[in-house]
Amino acid sequence: MSIYDDLGGDASIDAAVDIFYRRVLGDSYIKRFFEGVDMDKQAGKQKAFLTMVFGGPNNYTGQDMREGHKHLVEKMGLNDTHFEHVLAHLRSTLAELGVGGDKIQEIIDIADSVRADVLNK
Amino acid sequence: MPIITFEGHQYDCRQDETILECLTRHGLLIPSSCQNGVCQTCLSKAVKGEPTAESQKGLKDTLVAQGYFLACVCKPQADIEMAVADVSHADVGVTVVEKQMLNESVVRLRLSCDETLDYVAGQFVNVKHPMTELVRSYSLASLPDEDCLELHVKRVPDGRMSGYLHDQAKVGDRFLLTGAAGDCFYTEKDLQQPLLMVAVGTGLAPMYGILRDALQRGHRGDIHIYHASLAVQGLYYIDEMNTLAQQHENVHYIPCVMHGEAPAGGQQGDIQQIVQSSMPSLRGWRVYVCGDPAIVHGLKQTCFMAGAAMPDIYSDPFVFSEK
Repeated sequence: MSIYDDLGGDASIDAAVDIFYRRVLGDSYIKRFFEGVDMDKQAGKQKAFLTMVFGGPNNYTGQDMREGHKHLVEKMGLNDTHFEHVLAHLRSTLAELGVGGDKIQEIIDIADSVRADVLNK
Repeated sequence: MPIITFEGHQYDCRQDETILECLTRHGLLIPSSCQNGVCQTCLSKAVKGEPTAESQKGLKDTLVAQGYFLACVCKPQADIEMAVADVSHADVGVTVVEKQMLNESVVRLRLSCDETLDYVAGQFVNVKHPMTELVRSYSLASLPDEDCLELHVKRVPDGRMSGYLHDQAKVGDRFLLTGAAGDCFYTEKDLQQPLLMVAVGTGLAPMYGILRDALQRGHRGDIHIYHASLAVQGLYYIDEMNTLAQQHENVHYIPCVMHGEAPAGGQQGDIQQIVQSSMPSLRGWRVYVCGDPAIVHGLKQTCFMAGAAMPDIYSDPFVFSEK
């Protein structure tokens, strides 16, 4: 059984997106990457991403991830430190949702696996 | 066996088959991705018939109200006629019946339709230029039970459509429009819920419709409506808004200007900061934001961070075209 099913499927992803997005927007170190972005579209992307890392139904492609972040890397200097901040917010989101330590590490590892795509390395 | 009608053709849907599977089996490919009702790529609209509740789960209530559903998780119980997301509308002929300047750069047009236009207050129409191929979107300030459609048109420097509507179109002139569309409108999900409405510039057009629609449907919760502009010359409908506030105890109108002095009861400053300081907690609130896209996107984040839930934030970011 995937963590996605474990957490309760689709509804849990909505809860996770809400907590995760509030944490990310509240972080003054990375907030600027989200300025001027349409929240509904952004939340949709975060939902797709969290569904993927939770092992739910998805259609993840590294190519989309690369293209989606390319201008942030080239024009705004998106780097590993920013990526680490996002991972930390994901970690605390999962803890807030009551996910166990082992599972959290498992999810963080999956999320970390997209690092090269996000940073266009 | 339910029959699915799509683009003028009919397809039989097997028992336990989703609409997406059915169309695929018949050799039709509509955009889809997750096949699990998550990604919303296969968002479709029921033109006739009812989509299943399962296929509308997770969609915003304004989308549900318009019959949108996800084809990949819809196993129809009865016949359904559908279209892929944005349904194209037929042209409707309109006649200009009234034209009046609301301030130095915004004109109000009242239009009578040749046939009834089906819309919800707050939606927009696409106006077609009578001489060229040009099309521009304008939000409706009117209510569906009123005689005329009402548009507020801001003059854009060298704008071709706004130039036509300001300088050339006169009472009695005719043109075509299509619509209506848009998912920023009032729904009766909670009549007691406090509402925050922020309109920037001619964002007041849809907001004036949404506000009056909410009141007409008996909304009882507090309604705080902010109208923001650079300076007092950019505001309009001040008397109308004050009248609504006097007639309805729950309506609070706050005109805001960036520069110069604000009208009575108003505030001076950046609209995002005004909202941030006046509304420290928006937990449980419903929020409507209309107008300039950069300000709308910023305000949505501000309201979300102040505690409003994402499904409770409705917006209509105007897209301005050069000329």
